[in-house]
Amino acid sequence: MLGLDKKDTALLLAVAALALFAPFILNIFPQNTALAFFNGGYPDLMQRFVIFGIFAIGFNILFGLTGYLSFGHAAFLGVGSYAAVWMFKLLNYNIVPALVLSVIVAGLFSVLIGWISLRRSGIYFSILTLAFAEMSFRLAYSVLTPLTNGETGLQVYSNDPQILMGENGVTSPHLFGLEMSARATLDLGPWEFTFPVGYYLCAILMLISLYLAIRIFRSPFGLMLRAVKSNQQRMRYTGLNPKPYTLAAFVISGMYAGLAGGLLACMDPLAGAERMQWTASGEVVIMTILGGAGTLLGPILGAGTIKYLENVFSKMNEALLHSWFSWLPDFIETPLIWVLSKFTGEGWHLTLGALFMVIIIFLPGGLVEGGQRIGRLITGRSRKASDTATKPAE
Amino acid sequence: MDAVILQILNGLDKGSAYALIALGLTLIFGTLGVVNFAHGALFMIGAFCAVTLQKIFTLSFQVVDETQKDFLGNPLKVDMPYVEAWFGESFGGGLIEWSVPLAILFSIPVMLFVGYAMERGLIKHFYKRPHADQILVTFGLAIVLQEIIKANFGANPIQTPAPDMFRGSADIGMLLGFDANTIIYPYWRMIYFAFAAIVIGAVFAFLQFTTFGMVVRAGMADRETVGLLGINIDKRFTIMFGIAAAVAGMAGVMYAPINSPNYHMGMDFLVLSFVVVVVGGMGSLPGAVAAGFLLGILESFASNSTFKGYIVDFLYLNGTFTEKLIQGLDQIIIYLVAIIILLTRPRGLMGRKGVMED
Amino acid sequence: MSKSNITRRGALKTGAVAGAGLALPTIFTASSAAAFTNEPTGGTVTLGFNVPQTGPYADEGLDELRAQELAVQHLNGEGDGGMLNTFSSKALDGTGILGKKVQFVTGDTQTKSDAARASAKSMIEKDGAIMINGGSSSGVAVAVQGLCQDAGVMFMAGLTHSNDTTGKDRKRNGFRHFFNAYMSGAALAPVLAKAYGSERRAYHLTADYTWGWTQQESIAAATEAMGWETVNNVLTPLASTDFSSYIAPVLNSGADVLVLNHYGGNMINSLTQAVQFGLRDKMVNGKQFEIVVPLYSELMAEGAGENVQGVFGSMNWNWQLTDEGTKAFVKSFGEKYGRPPSNSAHTCYVQTLLYADAVARAGSFNPCAVVEALEGFEFDGLGNGPTLYRADDHQCFKDVLVMKGKENPANQFDILEVVEVTPRAQVEYAPDHPMFGGAEASLGECNSGA
Repeated sequence: MLGLDKKDTALLLAVAALALFAPFILNIFPQNTALAFFNGGYPDLMQRFVIFGIFAIGFNILFGLTGYLSFGHAAFLGVGSYAAVWMFKLLNYNIVPALVLSVIVAGLFSVLIGWISLRRSGIYFSILTLAFAEMSFRLAYSVLTPLTNGETGLQVYSNDPQILMGENGVTSPHLFGLEMSARATLDLGPWEFTFPVGYYLCAILMLISLYLAIRIFRSPFGLMLRAVKSNQQRMRYTGLNPKPYTLAAFVISGMYAGLAGGLLACMDPLAGAERMQWTASGEVVIMTILGGAGTLLGPILGAGTIKYLENVFSKMNEALLHSWFSWLPDFIETPLIWVLSKFTGEGWHLTLGALFMVIIIFLPGGLVEGGQRIGRLITGRSRKASDTATKPAE
Repeated sequence: MDAVILQILNGLDKGSAYALIALGLTLIFGTLGVVNFAHGALFMIGAFCAVTLQKIFTLSFQVVDETQKDFLGNPLKVDMPYVEAWFGESFGGGLIEWSVPLAILFSIPVMLFVGYAMERGLIKHFYKRPHADQILVTFGLAIVLQEIIKANFGANPIQTPAPDMFRGSADIGMLLGFDANTIIYPYWRMIYFAFAAIVIGAVFAFLQFTTFGMVVRAGMADRETVGLLGINIDKRFTIMFGIAAAVAGMAGVMYAPINSPNYHMGMDFLVLSFVVVVVGGMGSLPGAVAAGFLLGILESFASNSTFKGYIVDFLYLNGTFTEKLIQGLDQIIIYLVAIIILLTRPRGLMGRKGVMED
Repeated sequence: MSKSNITRRGALKTGAVAGAGLALPTIFTASSAAAFTNEPTGGTVTLGFNVPQTGPYADEGLDELRAQELAVQHLNGEGDGGMLNTFSSKALDGTGILGKKVQFVTGDTQTKSDAARASAKSMIEKDGAIMINGGSSSGVAVAVQGLCQDAGVMFMAGLTHSNDTTGKDRKRNGFRHFFNAYMSGAALAPVLAKAYGSERRAYHLTADYTWGWTQQESIAAATEAMGWETVNNVLTPLASTDFSSYIAPVLNSGADVLVLNHYGGNMINSLTQAVQFGLRDKMVNGKQFEIVVPLYSELMAEGAGENVQGVFGSMNWNWQLTDEGTKAFVKSFGEKYGRPPSNSAHTCYVQTLLYADAVARAGSFNPCAVVEALEGFEFDGLGNGPTLYRADDHQCFKDVLVMKGKENPANQFDILEVVEVTPRAQVEYAPDHPMFGGAEASLGECNSGA
């Protein structure tokens, strides 16, 4: 289908099905039960899942294929967001020009940074990209405040020009009148499912992004990028210049980041400077590796996992823990809650860091490798056979 | 002129902190080939050694003072440190006051152990893994370490003052024949600079003049051959990791009075120290030190609005938006310099070819 | 944020349509069963406490959370009732709000506007929070206030000191109990002029972001009105930890006062380092050199330790005040947590009570009714004496405290002392003051999400 082989078609369809039914899957626990706390099926989080999925898919095209570890991709995300909000401020709340501009601006910005940074490789490249991103963040936070609204974040004010906005124009982001914040709710007994328009728009764009990524992975261009990773020297000897290929990959991934940034602004029209900080770049690295760098599904899984855990763990407070474990005798409950409270609420970073270390140490291939291992255990297939099946050409 | 001297002085002081951290980072990289993103955390743990020692010295029992009231109107419980009760107010109080310098002694074994444990427990398993994996696992470790510190000490900075006799500042300008108050510099910062110079000198001397150092240098140049000669180079490298951790830790202890320790200070320094190392050239010890001082001085000058004013005047940019950008130069100077140096001198100031370029 | 209750058969259809591709636009949003966003239907009502739990202000957030938990207890009739006993409005009776038991959910702002909005959204969309309270920076407050306005819930700001929160970024659904940079300047300047004389030359170090600028603008204007001269204003990057290169040129500039427009870690470090430079031991222009910190907080003072001794600053509220409300609050907070509350804790506690009281007086959780009940509301008994929530900009007006670092602190909580309680009249300003967005600033319409 669509020029994909059978396996990739299956993957794409599986992701599409997951995205389509996410509102059901993520709200699996009935409302008004204690387990409803673990639900993630509300608009904002679902949108974040797919938007950061797009971001990570794009990052993976650079990192997974060429092995260039960029610590500056958050800058493209941020630039995309700013571009989108500026479109809202100048034209109107229609998301089409906003998204188009955010991809273009992020693309141009990544051409500039990529062209300079790719003159170096290895850790020098990482530090160069990090330097650019950190510079962008710091300038956006302070000196460039007229452009970015600094600390507060760029937002739309009622006295902005908005030249395409009619008398009774829609006052929140929309696709030709279809508001992103619109949603339908379905009550099924104790369950409640929400179907947000914004989420489905993001999901469609995510599927398109994934489709493009698959095509890139399977194309001769993708093969070139893998060649860059495995041995640049040999590539040069065969008369090929790796630079244009790497730069193309860098720009493509920058545009993916721009799209993600634009979508973030479309779902919530405020762009904060912090989304350009180097730690935000680190987050997408973590997502990609956690899911499985170089795999197609990995980045999406990683993005979802990180965003979900961030949401759940940061909201667990001691009162909640008490309500869960109140059935335990005191002498067990008190120490148990004391221990758990170190990992939840204000300690959720600890959980994140520890989880991350465990994945890197024991599952270098990320969640995808974990899934494969479990799959192998179940099917009992020999290790070697499946290894050759999944490993990219080195 | 006095402003120039002042900023150079300042830069040397800033640079000595950068140089110390970068030195340890380079030691680890040069010997073990590991990119250690947890190095900032080691610096932070060092600073918290000072906090811990101060806490130990001020461990107190409570004496109820009926004459005073606490915030709830109950009789005030006055904290009485054990050391003051045991050793008398002058000696005990002195111990508390001198807790930062004493923490140096305390931090060396602690940091050697932390470094040793880190290398044997974690880093060892990552020699053969890609640099990206090393970066990520040490980054994860850094998060875990800082969160542990936060859970124990809170997020608020903790004041760790220097001993009273080192407070205040010297009027260096007077010595050089300037007016009073033109160049003043705090005693503690001068001590920091001297301390950094001694530590850096000691590390270089250790590598240059001892047999141990010679073997380590040989191992840095060609690990395999040294191994073939029947020398257990891994064990020496482990010790070097411990030493690097101790250097970072001592830098942290001495920095505590300048910058009240808080749990994320490691992350604040991490990016910066990497920039320093890369500018100096990965794996080059003199490069790291030189780059540390260079960036410190440049940063000092960039933060001076008078100098930036000269640039603006020189370029006739008064009143433009570019003027604002130039005035914001101190925000980005370090990164700007890093970019320029990496583009003009590919391997940093003193880097070797082929290191970390895959 | 609207619900359409659908039959099972219709539901399946709807699901199919929604999944198939967003073909039909606004059908799903139109009809709504609820009158406003997150209308509490059961026997409980949920409040959202959005405070920094990670990052440099985590301890500030922790203290806010303590106070919020205490407020919920008092609203539900547990504990000793705290300020409910001293509050001039008696609409609350300790049976929750309008008979509904109060529950709360918490979130982590990380002191980043993006993360703060994400966690506020989670509380509104997932947990059904009807009011968001807390936070410890102005960027976050403005961002979350905008979100609450759009979502149709109430926002009761925590610690936010920038003029913009109730200035150019003011919103109908948001209220601020904390004071602002203008008030700091107006309260501090006369005290400074009295203590240090009116012939002073001030050197400003200012954190290079929105709050720093408004703070600097306000204090410079107020001190210049007293006759002071502003020698220089140097902007320092937020990420700075070492301020030596900014402090070193100060003495040589001919200034005899250093004003540190810094907050949090920036302030702790810049003050510590300025003292280390021995600035306060120097004589310039024949006068003792002085340092001023316009905005104080207890945690910052604790972090800066003995360096704050003799340094003037301002505060919203302090536990050492002697009015009945303060005493009641300090007592119940201190007995529960073993430490006196900080001024951000007080703000969050009071904001929660005020919200509950406004709901009770309005007889409805509808944000528009609550806004109406809070606008122009005058009350007493929550510390700081008689207080007004001004209808024009939703800024709270009350007495402002001028503080000074204590010379001989008796214990770790006794670091600052109240020097003067500046009366409310002295810190008032017109709602269309140029520092607050001028005539253009508008609250907009109230939004209940219906």
